[in-house]
Amino acid sequence: MADAGLDEVLARVHRDEWARVVATLARRFGDLDVAEDATAEAFATAVERWRADGVPANPGAWLTTTAGNKALDRVRRESRRDAKQRQAHMLTDQLAGPPEPTGAVEDERLRLLFTCAHPALAREARIALTLRLVGGLTVAEIGHAFLVQEATVAQRITRAKAKIKAAGIPWRVPAEDDLPARLDGVLTVLYLVYNEGYLASGADADPVRADLTGEAIRLTRLVRELLPDDGEVAGLLALMLLTEARRTARVSSSGELVTLDQQDRGAWDHELVTEGHALVRDRITSGRAPGRYQVLAAINAVHTDAPDARETDWSQVVALYDRLARLDPSPVVALNRAIAVAELDGPQVALAQVEPLADRLARYHAFHATRADLLRRLGRSAEARAAYDRAIGLARNSAEMAYLTRRRDELPAAEGR
Amino acid sequence: MHYLLTVIGDTDNPADDSAPGAIDAFNDRLKAEGRWVFGGGLTDPRDATVTDSRGGQPVLTDGPFVESKEFLAGFWVVTADDLDAALALSADASRACHRKIELRPFGGVA
Repeated sequence: MADAGLDEVLARVHRDEWARVVATLARRFGDLDVAEDATAEAFATAVERWRADGVPANPGAWLTTTAGNKALDRVRRESRRDAKQRQAHMLTDQLAGPPEPTGAVEDERLRLLFTCAHPALAREARIALTLRLVGGLTVAEIGHAFLVQEATVAQRITRAKAKIKAAGIPWRVPAEDDLPARLDGVLTVLYLVYNEGYLASGADADPVRADLTGEAIRLTRLVRELLPDDGEVAGLLALMLLTEARRTARVSSSGELVTLDQQDRGAWDHELVTEGHALVRDRITSGRAPGRYQVLAAINAVHTDAPDARETDWSQVVALYDRLARLDPSPVVALNRAIAVAELDGPQVALAQVEPLADRLARYHAFHATRADLLRRLGRSAEARAAYDRAIGLARNSAEMAYLTRRRDELPAAEGR
Repeated sequence: MHYLLTVIGDTDNPADDSAPGAIDAFNDRLKAEGRWVFGGGLTDPRDATVTDSRGGQPVLTDGPFVESKEFLAGFWVVTADDLDAALALSADASRACHRKIELRPFGGVA
């Protein structure tokens, strides 16, 4: 097989099999560290062996067996105490048996996700651990994506694995009572990964990191495969798809943010829009009360349903924000609702709803950007300029900064100066 | 596994504002469920004495080893199958004593 073909196969197998192999080993050896290292070694071995001998008929099984043997070698090497020796003998027998049926392995991946996103771990650690153990990203890739040193990422992952072991974080899918809250933790991690890709921070960084948005979607699809009946999982996936569909239309060729009303709707990815809409429709017909991701997805469905920004059903958008505010009475939701109100009832009404949020959102660039835009529309240029300055000072995304700077500079010169 | 549930006291709000009987009820439950190892409330941190025998003869110092707004007000030692089970106990303990609880696993028990 040509090397280019092999690289493609390796990339695909890595994408499809990594989490499965890590999860299977973590279950067998009860140790995430062993599981991670052995899986990485097995993939490294595959690169050499498959080049020489060709790709095995069942790459997943080959990798699981190879990683299992490597893990076993390590456990044997490290087994100085009798107890570990016994464990190694026991494992030899297990590994000789037939591979586990796929159904059981699917559960292993879900367990892995819940362990990585455990609320007793620091938020940064949950993200790094999920991307490394479930996503199969390297420490360098994670560091690059979040603009932190590789050593910092490695340290977070090591610390988290140590806590999982020492504190006794269990290896299981939570009980039904705890499932909604714990699942919310998993979805939060995935949404954070998506948003960091979609609104990448760093003045000199790419405004959008498609590697992160793509990874977040891939992992959310995996969760949906594992929990197909959960509405919030479907909602988050729909939200990501409908956002992702607009990704390329959202940044101009000169690297400036293009707001929703200015976007070339023909440039949207209509396959993603169709898939997102279908997910939202499915949830509506389920008749069950939607959670926040489903409502956010529905809002995005209304936006992407309009062939032209002027045809957006703003009253529907505001009604959905009302619904969201009941689930999540945060000032950020109130701010986003006010943006829709501006389209329905005008900037004056919206501004009156935005101003009371000033104390709580003083450090949030979108608050100042929204206020600036409303003041601009009301012809209050001097105040708009000051608000744009605040927004630019707080923004961390290069495309947003470029957009806000242009809007500020286009304001009519202040009178009487 | 064994876990330590530390009750975090606050010098700004030193009064015991737990609901009457709530802590006793929690203790009874721990015992009934076989999770109880030991527990109790401590007196004022100013009642502490620090002993340092590292230099040979013990040197005594009045007061807690670290001066801070937050202090160790009491603790439980419990057994639980895993962190999730221990966290559930922590949540109930915090409700019972109306204080923050720090949960830590034991590295080993004698």
